[in-house]
Amino acid sequence: MGGLIKSSIARKVAMALSGLFLVFFLLQHFTINFTSIFSADVFNELSHFMGTNPVVQFALQPVLIFGVIFHFVMGFVLELKNRNARAVKYAKYSGGANASWVSRNMIYSGLVILAFLGLHFYDFWVPEIVHKYIEFAPEDPTRYYPELLHKFVSPVRTGLYALSFVFLALHLWHGFASSFQSVGFNNKYSVGATKFAKAFSIVIPLGFIIIALVLHLNHNH
Amino acid sequence: MNLTLKIWRQKDAKSQGKIVDYPISGIEDDMSFLEMLDVLNEELINKGEEPVVFDHDCREGICGTCSLQINGQPHGPDRLITVCQLHMRSFKDGDTIFIEPFRAKAFPVIKDLMIDRSAFDRIQQAGGYISVNTSGNTVDANAIPIEKEKADDAFAAATCIGCGACVAACKNASAMLFTSAKVSQFALLPQGQVEATNRVLAMVNQMDEEGFGNCTNTGACEIECPKGISLENIARMNREYLKASLKG
Amino acid sequence: MSILDSKIPEGPLADKWTKHKDTINLVNPANKRNIDIIVVGTGLAGGSAAATLAELGYNVKTFCYQDSPRRAHSIAAQGGINAAKNYQGDGDSVYRLFYDTVKGGDYRSREANVHRLAEVSTNIIDQCVAQGVPFAREYGGLLDNRSFGGVLVSRTFYAKGQTGQQLLLGAYSAMNRQIKRGKIKSHTRHEMLDIVKIDGKARGIIARDLITGEIERHSAHAVVIASGGYGNLFYLSTYAMGSNVTATWKAHRRGAHFANPCYTQIHPTCIPVSGDHQSKLTLMSESLRNDGRIWVPKRKEDAEAIRAGKLKPTQLSEEERDYYLERRYPAFGNLVPRDVASRAAKERCDAGFGVNKTGEAVYLDFASAIQRYGQEKAYTSGVDNPTKEEITKLGAEVVEAKYGNLFQMYEKIVDENPYRTPMMIYPAVHYAMGGLWVDYNLQTTIPGCYAAGEANFSDHGANRLGASALMQGLADGYFVLPYTIGDYLSHDIRTGKIPTDTPEFDEAEKDVKDRIEKLMGGSGEHSVDYYHKKLGKIMWNKCGMSRNEKDLKEAIEEIAALREDFWKNVKVPGEANSMNPELEKAGRVADFLELGELFAKDALNRNESCGGHFREESVEQSGEQKGEALRDDKNFKYVAAWEYKGEPKDAQLHKEDLVFENIELKTRSYK
Repeated sequence: MGGLIKSSIARKVAMALSGLFLVFFLLQHFTINFTSIFSADVFNELSHFMGTNPVVQFALQPVLIFGVIFHFVMGFVLELKNRNARAVKYAKYSGGANASWVSRNMIYSGLVILAFLGLHFYDFWVPEIVHKYIEFAPEDPTRYYPELLHKFVSPVRTGLYALSFVFLALHLWHGFASSFQSVGFNNKYSVGATKFAKAFSIVIPLGFIIIALVLHLNHNH
Repeated sequence: MNLTLKIWRQKDAKSQGKIVDYPISGIEDDMSFLEMLDVLNEELINKGEEPVVFDHDCREGICGTCSLQINGQPHGPDRLITVCQLHMRSFKDGDTIFIEPFRAKAFPVIKDLMIDRSAFDRIQQAGGYISVNTSGNTVDANAIPIEKEKADDAFAAATCIGCGACVAACKNASAMLFTSAKVSQFALLPQGQVEATNRVLAMVNQMDEEGFGNCTNTGACEIECPKGISLENIARMNREYLKASLKG
Repeated sequence: MSILDSKIPEGPLADKWTKHKDTINLVNPANKRNIDIIVVGTGLAGGSAAATLAELGYNVKTFCYQDSPRRAHSIAAQGGINAAKNYQGDGDSVYRLFYDTVKGGDYRSREANVHRLAEVSTNIIDQCVAQGVPFAREYGGLLDNRSFGGVLVSRTFYAKGQTGQQLLLGAYSAMNRQIKRGKIKSHTRHEMLDIVKIDGKARGIIARDLITGEIERHSAHAVVIASGGYGNLFYLSTYAMGSNVTATWKAHRRGAHFANPCYTQIHPTCIPVSGDHQSKLTLMSESLRNDGRIWVPKRKEDAEAIRAGKLKPTQLSEEERDYYLERRYPAFGNLVPRDVASRAAKERCDAGFGVNKTGEAVYLDFASAIQRYGQEKAYTSGVDNPTKEEITKLGAEVVEAKYGNLFQMYEKIVDENPYRTPMMIYPAVHYAMGGLWVDYNLQTTIPGCYAAGEANFSDHGANRLGASALMQGLADGYFVLPYTIGDYLSHDIRTGKIPTDTPEFDEAEKDVKDRIEKLMGGSGEHSVDYYHKKLGKIMWNKCGMSRNEKDLKEAIEEIAALREDFWKNVKVPGEANSMNPELEKAGRVADFLELGELFAKDALNRNESCGGHFREESVEQSGEQKGEALRDDKNFKYVAAWEYKGEPKDAQLHKEDLVFENIELKTRSYK
């Protein structure tokens, strides 16, 4: 994939655009999940739509999968190239003196998120695909909410889920605002845009965590 | 004050280097960092050892020759200065100071702390100019008015001294700030428009070929730049590049 | 002694250059391809010459000791560049710039050269703007100008305090374009160590690759030396650490006459020396004198108390201060020319009134400017009955807007806040007006060897005006040399490539290698810097701001003795065939040790005071000007060009009489 887009700036822009796309997806995902804490019906309805609508399933879903894979493969490609650009390391390197920890460690926050995604795919997406397209099991429009609740029964699971979103917040904290710069957007509106991006990167992951906790607690009561 | 210096010594480009410890005493606050190294070298010469080789020339912060990574930061702990403007009053008695060359694959070590930055020259040669011959018949200097704000921004970008601190600071050893400063200077001036497309494509291409890393927007370059070259220049270069790529 | 032929064209002054350009021989484009030119030095003069020659079609090879052409010390020029554009409509003209330059040079420069300089000055600005040099602009989008160095018009173009940098990067970009085209081969980290003459003509150089230590031969049909000035002769100066005289001195040893070595400019507003460890002096723009008032304590006891740290300058009342420039030169006050301001500072310090630890500093005080600007600002911004603090605050803001970067630089070096306590300044060596003697075509006395920029002696006479160095460097490189050199090269179109396997190259290479071997073989008692510092002390004390016969004669002896000691006892560690900065320095100091002696000899010969050269024996004896410099036009209205004859003290003097047909010689008065 690194071979397709050769120039450093093209890669940078591609990273930013795929990242922005994922941010958009995240928002959409959040909106649907959010409904779960006040209305099981709305959640079921929306989930049913997403899970069965052919446009979502056969057009948007592949795009999303491509976006995810592209973003992390390109991330690895860039990381390798960047490591290679300094063959001999410094004996003493004060990275913290001039750049934030999150900005310097996107690869690690990214890896944690990737691990979470792996789990998420294994846990949610693969069963879904098997359920729908391999077993051709009959569709039950009300199955989504109970399934969801079931996922947050275990406190360990809920904890890991929450931790992943902390890392997502870190990743977004640098990545979202930084994508503006990458696509060449740096002007008088940048301060506002950056503020929005920083707020987003706290609020949305925090929202996911709250949803998880609420569901966890709901089930246990 | 008394200090312990941990200095990278490397005989030549092919040899392996290592950090060597040098205790030094009698250093005064008023000395510049390079004068402190002069004192060390004088001691080494008198002991019959080879002095530490480091790059330096104007010693007033404008030629861009000096290039030391001091305690993990290009040009040392102070901001908006080069090593030659760093004074020993920024350190205290008993300090241990790491002194290393700017590190990047594209900046190979020549000897000790001296590096080869000709990659920067080649980036400039790829397109960092306006193709106008010397004739004495170019248009009058005032024939094309230029908005003051743009002229000032172009100037700010053009104050880059090509020292390489941006590359040295960047965790990816990226040369985007350096390259974008030149691209920006010309992008902001009407004189630079004619060759804008080719310029940005050629310069970025050369930058990539030299083996510099990618920009991940950590912002370290802007903070460590002795001339305070702004990250806005990188955004502008990204725009220019996209524009140029779409044009073909 | 012979009379030197300056080859000044006939005809009226204003037409000489045009007519000359119209009538000299040209080389046709097809033939230029077969001609090689070596350019040594890549500053404003060398860089611009190399680029222009390559544009014309010649094959150019450039050499610089720095790791990139962009680092030449032209980059450090702060103030600006003069040009007779008359954009401000304040009555400037080519003639006025010409007149100011000749007068500023104390009538020791060639009329024809200076007029040409003034003529092409306007082209320089056009050229630089076309190249994308971001000069300062006004809100209307047109170029801004400032007044500089006490002249009556605003003709100085500038780019904040970094004009030299911007102009050099312009020339560097023009070079880069030609490097890309393959018309310039750039040899960085290379040092020219000899010039090779074949049949009396300059045909190449011997250079050392500073990384590998390899000695290389390079041939060409002509050699241009643009290696800058020799101020590092004084050890402490505002020059770059690597600035040296080696290229010009080697040319001198091979037959190029060295002109007016004693003309050096000592700049009054530099940051004083803080101790023995000092390696370099930092200049602060002369513009500071527009608002700063220069003073020392009136009473010696106060000066002593200040030096001992017992008294602060701000504790002295107005009556206890001696604003000596305002006292001595009421008409010009703090804005007297550089040489006058420098000497006056030295005079006060020598008399025991210096104000820093070393006793070699005077105050440059912005307190009254801050008050004055503060009151104006308070008035214009409608603050009624401002308090003293408000006025000081407002005034400091105005001063910051004008000189902020300089104040910041000062504070970084000295660690004192110049808004609250007066700055300390002292003069430092800053520019060399002397250099290789060249004729109107910029050719030295070696045929085919040219000199441009600060390396030649040509345009500034005995003293250079502010913002004129950049102008001259670029004029030589962009607009003069590329044309005049064609006249010479037109005879070389059938010569073909110059081979380097000839006896002349063998001999020159052997000389260079022997010399390096000798340097490496010293007994090893003292480092190179030890000798350089000693030489600097002799120069500063005996050939510095004011000179007399006794000191100069002593200097000649002392330098000769120091040189002998150097060759016996210098210690150069490391190897000759690898990167070895100590060896580079040793070679340069060896040449300075010869130049210093010639310098003193020239100063001794010139028993008059003119421009940067002040002889204590030649002062006004009476009248209002008593004690001021006395020029002697009857006996010294000539260029002193020295021919190498072995030992520098045996150099033979050749005079070029200076003829003034368009300007009446006057005494400079600043009273």
